Amino acid sequence: MTHTTTSRTAFIDGSRLIVEALVQTGAEVFVGYPITPANLLYSYANRRFPTMMAAPDEITALQWMSGFATLGKLPVTATAFPGYALMVESINMALMMELPMVVILAQRLGPATGTATAGAQGDLNLVHGTVSGGFQIPTFCISNLDDCWSLSAKAVETAMQLRTPVVLLTSKEMVMTQMSYDLNRLTPLKKSTLKHYTGTEPYKPYHTDESLIPEFLPISQSTHQVRFTASTHNKAGILQNTTPEALDNTKRLKDKLDLHADFLLHYHYEEDNHAKVLVISFDQTAQAAREAVAILRQQGTKVAHLIAKTLFPIPQKYYEISALYSHIIVAEENLDGQYRRLLFGSAPNTNVSGVNAIGRMIHPDEIIEEVKKHE
Amino acid sequence: MSKQFLTDSKALPFCKGCGHTGVAQNTERALQQLGYDPLDVIFVTDIGCHGIIDKNLVSHTVHGLHGRSVAIAGGIAAGLPKDSNKKVIVFIGDGGATIGMQHLMIAAHHNFSMTVIVHNNMLYGMTGGQPSEFTPEGFNTPTTPHRSSAGAIDICKVAEAAGAAYVSRIFGIGNFTAELAEAFSQPGFSLVEVMELCTSYGLKSNPGMKLKNLIEEAEIEFIKYTNETKKSSELPDYEGHRLSLITDQLVIPQEYTADSTHKISILLAGSAGEGTQSAAEFLARTAMLSGLHVTRKSHVPVTVGVGFSASEVIISKEPIYYTGSSKPDYILITSKDGLEYAMPRLTNGYKSIVYMDATLQTPETASEIHIIPMREKVGARNAALLSVFKLVTDSRMLSMESMISAYSQHKLAAKLPIDTFLDQLT
Ligand SMILES: Cc1ncc(C[n+]2csc(CCOP(=O)(O)OP(=O)(O)O)c2C)c(N)n1
Ligand code: SF4
Ligand SMILES: [Mg+2]
Repeated sequence: MTHTTTSRTAFIDGSRLIVEALVQTGAEVFVGYPITPANLLYSYANRRFPTMMAAPDEITALQWMSGFATLGKLPVTATAFPGYALMVESINMALMMELPMVVILAQRLGPATGTATAGAQGDLNLVHGTVSGGFQIPTFCISNLDDCWSLSAKAVETAMQLRTPVVLLTSKEMVMTQMSYDLNRLTPLKKSTLKHYTGTEPYKPYHTDESLIPEFLPISQSTHQVRFTASTHNKAGILQNTTPEALDNTKRLKDKLDLHADFLLHYHYEEDNHAKVLVISFDQTAQAAREAVAILRQQGTKVAHLIAKTLFPIPQKYYEISALYSHIIVAEENLDGQYRRLLFGSAPNTNVSGVNAIGRMIHPDEIIEEVKKHE
Repeated sequence: MSKQFLTDSKALPFCKGCGHTGVAQNTERALQQLGYDPLDVIFVTDIGCHGIIDKNLVSHTVHGLHGRSVAIAGGIAAGLPKDSNKKVIVFIGDGGATIGMQHLMIAAHHNFSMTVIVHNNMLYGMTGGQPSEFTPEGFNTPTTPHRSSAGAIDICKVAEAAGAAYVSRIFGIGNFTAELAEAFSQPGFSLVEVMELCTSYGLKSNPGMKLKNLIEEAEIEFIKYTNETKKSSELPDYEGHRLSLITDQLVIPQEYTADSTHKISILLAGSAGEGTQSAAEFLARTAMLSGLHVTRKSHVPVTVGVGFSASEVIISKEPIYYTGSSKPDYILITSKDGLEYAMPRLTNGYKSIVYMDATLQTPETASEIHIIPMREKVGARNAALLSVFKLVTDSRMLSMESMISAYSQHKLAAKLPIDTFLDQLT
């Protein structure tokens, strides 16, 4: 990025880009309950969303959102761990009802209320384990201001096209730090839409074709009966015990994401055929890793870098890339490597190591030092 | 023939004699009386015995979580077009109304257009008859066979206090179609508490008991409240704004050049309310006018109005990735809070250049300290700004012209002539 006379450089934060991108891609409703560090998102949403609702708590927030989603209006909320914890059961509900929505989780230091004003990347296990039964919520993670724009758009597109809640994971520094940014980098966005049922046969809300994605009808129309059900249900949306049809419908929630794994995949990979070490990073730690990798390369050290933007379901692609290197370093701002363990397990493994910290950002020097140990 | 809302009103999924049967049958008759079409009605059912009725309904159905039915119905009601002819009806139990009581109050408060029917059988039927907050004194349950309860919460009073447009408590045996039809016809939020019985647990735990007698002994009254102001008032307007957040007004065009080539990090550390953040923004703007890359990150305690206020600014000719500065090149300290905040950076052995207010005690440090009477010269609120003027002039990291131009756009410029600061620089 160079400053030429044609550049349009502004001093902005990620929250502004996220909110604008969400609205431009078709998000219609923001349901907010205030919490640091998501408050900037709330205040931009308050200026920008076609409909803005101030919820009295986070359970209500998710339920109101679900109500809007049954009408085909894509809802968004933004929260941090304490609010996300309250939302968990309702996110399960939305996933089971196959309601499109975006939940922005801006991580801060826990446990519990922790330090509201300190950033963290400590909610990976929580997000990964949100859904009972191990089903995954597509989870995208923003690594810089470009991503604030493009991944937010992908979040809306994914929620609509796959009919699922999507988690947009970020953290305090990403949504609050102001940066000079050339607005010319913002690519035009397209509105996403839900695929509607157009048949004349009675509508079966959870019937699907080979895409495994049910077609949508809003509950506000009067041509077909519509059912939304969070309990185990058959294709008609009727509560069932563990009948084969109902269990197949539940299993489809996993198969749906597996089938569309390529559509869900977002990452940035700088390969180096001669490197032994691969650095994996995400969120704002990716910025420290970008800097570390640039310095190492200037010094002549060979190193590859994978920035994970789709965190869950864990893409197979990350394993294909990892297999090319003899040592993997995962840099993340938590105590003992949540994403590293989710990727590679908790068993001792000399080929995998972590750069970790809590209560502060990881410094590029720490990543450089770890790479040098293994090159 | 009237349109059916139930697939078969004689074949409902409840135990023999269960009070929920009567609620479903009377609901169907009330909707028929009012001339509704089945697909004009959205039933939102809670988790509990009353909520297993979805499959018997030919209207739209939504079946979510225990206690949350009123909340999801709130989202539907708020999102329906203003001219929608849809009727939202919530079926909830006393258990659901206990765990989700806040949702009932909030829906009443917002006047969401819906009718909530509380199936009050005074216990948790589905899970085996445990007591709820609606279990009245003298009513035994399987887990409280001899214990008297704290008495039942009066949900009608609660809903009324929350501003419900219409509230009623009715006797749930026999024909109560007219009462339900009245509630369904209300604009805005209405709640009907239907007193009824769970034959499997309620009757078994209270042999020979008559519902009428229990209600009398517990002094539960059949009442009706209406709130005329709510009934006539419009639903709140949730419309937002439609102007893009990304406009050319945000652009800070390059007008000057700067010599500085390397990455410089500056920590401003002061007290809340003393202009630390706006001084940092001023520095950032000056750098941007000079065509440099800039980042700014603020640090404040949870309560922003007290204690320290710090801001880290990074300026660079090259793009900036990592936005932290654990080892700042410059530290500008304008108050005691700021000094405390900056202390770890002053004592980490790193050699920063420090501008410190004259009122502060110089700490033991490897850094190069410059003492300046900033607070005394321009006042506490402008000390941070003066520290930036001082930094830029001394270090020449940015040009004087760019700083003067940035100041002309500062909110203080109209009140304080720039000479207030320039006079202090010599
Ligand atoms: C969050 C949560 N807690 C507990 C339960 C278990 N549960 C299912 S139904 C129910 C009580 C139902 O009682 P009520 O609402 O009065 O309905 P009834 O069965 O009496 O019609 C409970 C506690 C649940 N489903 N979800
Ligand atoms: S257990 Fe009680 S509440 Fe449930 S269906 Fe049977 S009688 Fe009705
Ligand atoms: Mg009950």
